[in-house]
Amino acid sequence: MDLNKRYTPQTWPDHPETATLEGKNKFVGFWLLLAAETVTFASLFATYLALKDKGPSGMEFSASGLFELPLVFAMTMILLTSSLTSVYAMYHMKNHNFKAMQAWLGITVLLGLAFLGLEIYEFNHYVHLGFGFTNSAFSSAFYVLVGTHGAHVVFGLSWFIALMLRNAKRGLNMYNAPKFYLAALYWHFIDVVWVFIFTVVYLMGVIG
Amino acid sequence: MAHDTHDIHRSRTEFEFIKKKRATEMRGQLTSFAMMIFLTLIAFTLVAADFSNYLIVPIILLLAAIQVVLQLYNFMHMSNKGHGMMAFFMFSGIFVAFTIVLTMVTIVWW
Repeated sequence: MDLNKRYTPQTWPDHPETATLEGKNKFVGFWLLLAAETVTFASLFATYLALKDKGPSGMEFSASGLFELPLVFAMTMILLTSSLTSVYAMYHMKNHNFKAMQAWLGITVLLGLAFLGLEIYEFNHYVHLGFGFTNSAFSSAFYVLVGTHGAHVVFGLSWFIALMLRNAKRGLNMYNAPKFYLAALYWHFIDVVWVFIFTVVYLMGVIG
Repeated sequence: MAHDTHDIHRSRTEFEFIKKKRATEMRGQLTSFAMMIFLTLIAFTLVAADFSNYLIVPIILLLAAIQVVLQLYNFMHMSNKGHGMMAFFMFSGIFVAFTIVLTMVTIVWW
């Protein structure tokens, strides 16, 4: 089959992401990656929980004194909304509406950038308070956990942008449909991890 | 590419039906999204309202778990057909994840 074959909404398969063998392989491999990522994040969460509020004696920073909920709430809402906008993008992908898909992906990227901006502001704020990476076991565990999530956001955004630019003139075909689908899955997974970060790190941190 | 997919020839009625089905699914996704927002609001409100920690912690962890189930099964389509292997991967991952967290919070001390 020619992967660059042109399709119309009428001839577009119901599940373009798994319609080719290549797509199927990517799909299975990607879920395996997500399962492995779950374990990676679990070890970072476990480290954080074990080292929460721990550090040298006389350490002035603790989770309950440091974290502020309004910023975290805004970040949560932004990321959750960006998860929905990528669902919209995939809805249009399945309808073979390339322009609408690109538009919704664009909105997703903008929301992701807003999230990233707030995270950078937050880290910068903490460092100015003196809560740097080497401040304590607690600070190292916090920055590694939340920072790894932030790195995933950066990667997800780069992935979206690369796909959007690379395929801007190609339109949707069997070659790139699985790619868009997997990038959207990755973005949802980033939101899944954030749900636990805002619950375990921030909410449980604020109540001490 | 050697692997062929069969070309699809849909009748007009079939096409309209599938399109409508997708639109209905999309409305379902909006419902999931509304529920996620609602769960998040409850979690933040509980913490802001300053209830006892023994009450808050299990509840917000449960809310997070529900929200993740919504993400996985609705937004990531794990409820669709052909996701048995994906569920197996994820549940294996989640099992190992639980074991790691349990180990670290019970065995590690400072």
